[in-house]
Amino acid sequence: MYVAVKGGERAIDNAHALLAERRRGDRKVTELSVAQIQNQLPLAVDRVMTEGSVYDPELAALALKQASGDAVEAIFLLRAYRTTLPRFGYSEPLDTEAMQIERRISGTFKDLPGGQTLGATYDYTHRLLDFKLLAEGEQPTELETDDRPLEPCPRVLELLNKEGLIEPSPKADARPRDITREPVDYPAERAVRLQNLVRGDEGFLLSLSYASMRGYGDSHPFAGEIRSGRVAVELVPEELGFPIVVADIALTECEMVNQFHGSKTEPAQFTRGYGVSFGYNERKAMTVALMERALRAEELGEAVNYPTQDQEFVLSHTDCVSANGFVSHLKLPHYVDFQSELEMIRRLRRETAERDGQTEEAEV
Amino acid sequence: MSNTAQTPWQDIEPLLSVQQLSKFYAPGKGCGDVSFDLYPGEVLGIVGESGSGKSTLLNSLSARLAPDAGKVIYRSEQFGELDLYAGEESLRRQLMRSEWGIVHQHAADGLRMNVSAGANIGERLMAIGERHYGDIRARAEQWLQAVEIDSNRIDDKPAQFSGGMQQRLQIARNLVTHPRLIFMDEPTGGLDVSVQARLLDLLRTLVAQLGLSVIIVTHDLAVARLLAHRLMVMRRGEVVESGLTDQVLDDPQHPYTQLLVSSILQN
Amino acid sequence: MSQADGYNFAYLDEQTKRMIRRAILKAVAIPGYQVPFGGREMPLPHGWGTGGMQVTASVIGTDDRLKVIDQGADDTTNAISIRRFFARTAGVETTEKTADATLIQTRHRIPERPLKNGQILIYQVPVPEPLRFIEPRDSETRKMHALREYGAMQVKLYEDVARFGHIATSYDYPVMVNGRYMMCPSPIPKFDNPKMDRMPALQLFGAGFEKRIYAVPPYTEVKSLDFDDHPFEVQQWEGSCEICGSDHSFLDEVITDDAGSKMFVCSDTDYCRERLAEQSAATTEEVAL
Repeated sequence: MYVAVKGGERAIDNAHALLAERRRGDRKVTELSVAQIQNQLPLAVDRVMTEGSVYDPELAALALKQASGDAVEAIFLLRAYRTTLPRFGYSEPLDTEAMQIERRISGTFKDLPGGQTLGATYDYTHRLLDFKLLAEGEQPTELETDDRPLEPCPRVLELLNKEGLIEPSPKADARPRDITREPVDYPAERAVRLQNLVRGDEGFLLSLSYASMRGYGDSHPFAGEIRSGRVAVELVPEELGFPIVVADIALTECEMVNQFHGSKTEPAQFTRGYGVSFGYNERKAMTVALMERALRAEELGEAVNYPTQDQEFVLSHTDCVSANGFVSHLKLPHYVDFQSELEMIRRLRRETAERDGQTEEAEV
Repeated sequence: MSNTAQTPWQDIEPLLSVQQLSKFYAPGKGCGDVSFDLYPGEVLGIVGESGSGKSTLLNSLSARLAPDAGKVIYRSEQFGELDLYAGEESLRRQLMRSEWGIVHQHAADGLRMNVSAGANIGERLMAIGERHYGDIRARAEQWLQAVEIDSNRIDDKPAQFSGGMQQRLQIARNLVTHPRLIFMDEPTGGLDVSVQARLLDLLRTLVAQLGLSVIIVTHDLAVARLLAHRLMVMRRGEVVESGLTDQVLDDPQHPYTQLLVSSILQN
Repeated sequence: MSQADGYNFAYLDEQTKRMIRRAILKAVAIPGYQVPFGGREMPLPHGWGTGGMQVTASVIGTDDRLKVIDQGADDTTNAISIRRFFARTAGVETTEKTADATLIQTRHRIPERPLKNGQILIYQVPVPEPLRFIEPRDSETRKMHALREYGAMQVKLYEDVARFGHIATSYDYPVMVNGRYMMCPSPIPKFDNPKMDRMPALQLFGAGFEKRIYAVPPYTEVKSLDFDDHPFEVQQWEGSCEICGSDHSFLDEVITDDAGSKMFVCSDTDYCRERLAEQSAATTEEVAL
């Protein structure tokens, strides 16, 4: 006697219990604390905050712990939390020129007002496994500190702007549309594109921007400036009428300089691509800047020949939560549609066989 | 056609009136200040070297590229006199699948390469509401024959056709709804000379039989001579000379036209 | 059952529900038209029913009775998961009986038992755009709908007839609603398409990732695309359900051993159970006589 697959309720409960067990791992090993993740895996935390669109290192670390370290799952957790949060206002635009610089580099000028600061970077490390870390042989690092006050660090691209060599920064909308509250329609304005890219999957954007520089796009970028550091977030409460600082967040910002051959109204000049991310995620800030510029092809009158320049293609597929949901939904039952296809294929094969049978008979 | 025969010639209104049309991508790239009238049943050739702005002009005339300045007025059977770019996009799109046809240089731009020849021809019929499979198929067979393609190729995909056949299929796909105005962009480009001759012959017959108005862009003066009643010569985005085809080709006035004509003769 | 702590009734906040209800009202007013809405992140992945859940969350009230099916069955894991979600966040009564439900959220099937006026059927939709595989761009497909440029879809059907002698689409079979908009019925088998036509219940469709809601109001004409000389037809089975003996319901094929033996059973588990109960009641009566 056939028994239909039942007991789904118990299966789900058991699956959850098993998952918790596997996440915990060997109980002889000390449990990982959220504080440890937050402090010792800060780049993973930064990615989860950026794509999760919530600046909260503790919650991002919690999400990573709950997700067994799966960044996409952690981002999803943070997003689902974010959607239930009330809005109590919109901050003033961040003044990143006033950033407390911890790292500042330019690929276009050797020296510049305010100077370059290498800061904490993996860039010049030799990628050799450090077996001392395996032995947990922590050694105090000797840090050379610089107590001189920071000089003002004007944006590198503004130096070009003084000469008129680069387009002025595109005008910002007074209040950008919030893509987590309103549906996007195409063509999307710049503020919408930027929001989408910043929330976009780092791997997808990294590969797309790579493709855009390898010929699948007309991209010839220079890293005008990359800066990381802390920035004050200001809010104007209605009852006060003047801005107050509500937070102090770590941010990485990238401005790319790109070639532009000019149009019928514009002489040749450089154009901009802008990117930003929470924390110290420089790779993300750079790829956002590269893709932001690539997606401006149409407005700058450049030929749109590649997917990397195609708004609908890029922006509809950046979101890791959506992409993962859609791919993973294939794991859900499709018995009914599959059954329909099965019936159709059998019918088509039967018809072909009958037709072939008839022709054979006719030939005989 | 019978209409035009009864109307005194001086009262015939142009089908298409183009007034100071300009579209530039960059200085010298595009077309500027183009004006002309196209009358019913007339074939206008636009000639010039590549990069002279011919295709930009054609795209602007056929409602596919908004100009920077100027107007295109079309006298529509369904909608009356229309200022193309002042009106709704919906009107332009409706024209494109009813009163107009567009024959592209590359068949892949004008055909659905992944569906059969029959479906390619039937698409416009289905777009205007035909829902009888047998009838659609019968009409597709007729049009295949009309463009000299064996009707038992009806279920083959365009990729299985030769270049010349693909162009003929594109023409059939356009003509099935009896358009009044056809835009052609280098329809013989990339074809062998003998294949070109056959296609030109077919086009000439169809244009005459159906009383079509045609605007054809070509860099090939031989094609222009065979098909066009009138010519416009373009250079660097501007019309340098225009007139009756024989007049322009046999007695070119502008030095550039003279150069074009003589370079053909040397070949 | 109590509501989950810290969350609003049925999870979504009231502002969001109002926004979704406005979209639903617009969708009902323009049958078959896809209304963009500010879709929210849900605690379930996209493609797992987030669109249907947002619609359900916006129309559900405390006195509703909710039924959730996936592939016609109440006991598939995803159906259970969604039913639990609402039991937990809205504390509403749930049921497996089609006749008793006021709201039915479904993935891939329409129940066999005819629905009544006053019931609402909520479909989970992965890809709401019937023209998507002909034209990937949303900006273009929206124009095609606005201008009723549906010739390209008919081309697909033409190709099927030319190649196979009949239309070969078996599920998510496109329909025309109220003679105006072309619509995806969601991936239900075409077997279910005729049930949509002039259905007394309200049909709502939610696509989470694509952020679209559309609707078919009660008693609205829903016509499956076809040709005059190749009319629409539904699947048929040679056998009948091996549990309840039904010869008119959609059957799932179940492989019973590794020699490839198979049997067919109703995909609508409630319908099958109901028939079985009726039969055993009838037998008891006979015995009593």
